[in-house]
Amino acid sequence: MTQIDEQLRTELQRQGVWVTSMQELYNWGRKNSIWPLQFGLACCAIEMIATAASRYDIARFGGEVFRPSPRQADLMIVAGTVTKKMAPQIVRLYNQMGDPKYVIAMGACAISGGPFKQGYNVLKGIDRYIPVDVYIPGCPPRPEALLHAFMELQRKIDEQKLTGANKAEFLKPNQPSEFPVPRFGKHDLEPSANRDVFQPPVLERQS
Amino acid sequence: MPGAKIEIVQNGSPSEQRSLLIDNDRAVAIARFLRVDPALCLDFCSNVTGVDWLDRVVKKTTKLKKLVDGQEKEIVETTEEKIPGYLEAVYHLYSMTHKHGPVIIRMRTSDRAEGNRLPSLTSIWRSAEFQEREIFDLYGIRFEAHPDLRRILMWDEFENYPMRKDYWEPDDYEWEPTPHDAVLEKAKQHYPPRPKMDGAEKITAQP
Repeated sequence: MTQIDEQLRTELQRQGVWVTSMQELYNWGRKNSIWPLQFGLACCAIEMIATAASRYDIARFGGEVFRPSPRQADLMIVAGTVTKKMAPQIVRLYNQMGDPKYVIAMGACAISGGPFKQGYNVLKGIDRYIPVDVYIPGCPPRPEALLHAFMELQRKIDEQKLTGANKAEFLKPNQPSEFPVPRFGKHDLEPSANRDVFQPPVLERQS
Repeated sequence: MPGAKIEIVQNGSPSEQRSLLIDNDRAVAIARFLRVDPALCLDFCSNVTGVDWLDRVVKKTTKLKKLVDGQEKEIVETTEEKIPGYLEAVYHLYSMTHKHGPVIIRMRTSDRAEGNRLPSLTSIWRSAEFQEREIFDLYGIRFEAHPDLRRILMWDEFENYPMRKDYWEPDDYEWEPTPHDAVLEKAKQHYPPRPKMDGAEKITAQP
């Protein structure tokens, strides 16, 4: 693929000739029709609903079609507290989504367990089991924050390459599209985290 | 009710909300009386909860007047009483007919051992069904003659009773960016071991 000179391109565009590449066209289409999976887990879901409603209107970014089926969805917005009882179902829904698929972890609970982190029944972040693309802090985040995350995701999609060595992860054949669903154990979920996905940095703090 | 033991449990707090400790063997008959009796008519069971009491020592101080060396002196005596631990179910009852309440009744198990049994009052107040299941789930009290005694919040394979005071939650605190207090103690378990001192760190650069 030969790169066209940016100056020539704008010049051509001024003359009414639009030059583009397959990758740009493909990513432009993808990033402007991200269909989220329709589910909410806790109070963050209320903010997500507000984002979808007319005042904030996620339709301006092409994300208004909330699909009730994972087969038709591109984006999973983990909006709310993920309890340990719910975590296997979330991973299963993620597995059922078709590639390319993206995850937004919305709010403190989905990121880390939030105020319930010290509890026995709340998962300490959904990134323990599935890869997360955009994290939104907040408790709950405002609709603007969700829109910001949505735009970040659009930027991320726009930068994905279709060919070459650094092409997008979902295009690589050895990339897993399914992640192991945790089982209900006697004391905790088993395993407590998927180590292929969740590799926290080692903290060099001592005593 | 012949032979039924009822004890009034005092409450030292400002609200002075006293409660009735009822006999386990006749609890259902007492509960039916509380519900049916036209003067009481406690037809609404608003809340059922469990309490875990550990073994405790109660100190009692009594002032005595004694003759010491021919003189009358006031002596404060402290006696210690050991109370073995038990589990407790507490029911808060109101009357919708007479608009009075709450009447609080308690039932106690003999000790804290697992599989302790109490009579279920679901046959009297249907609203107690889910809450008795919750007590079974979180405290491990088995309610006899309960129509559907299963775990309600935790998964079926779960083996502990998380609201008991001796519950030890699973340790998954490997990633703690800003630990403090109790979480810090848990996170410390995951810190890398301190490097062995071999004296090399004492050597300073020569001036």
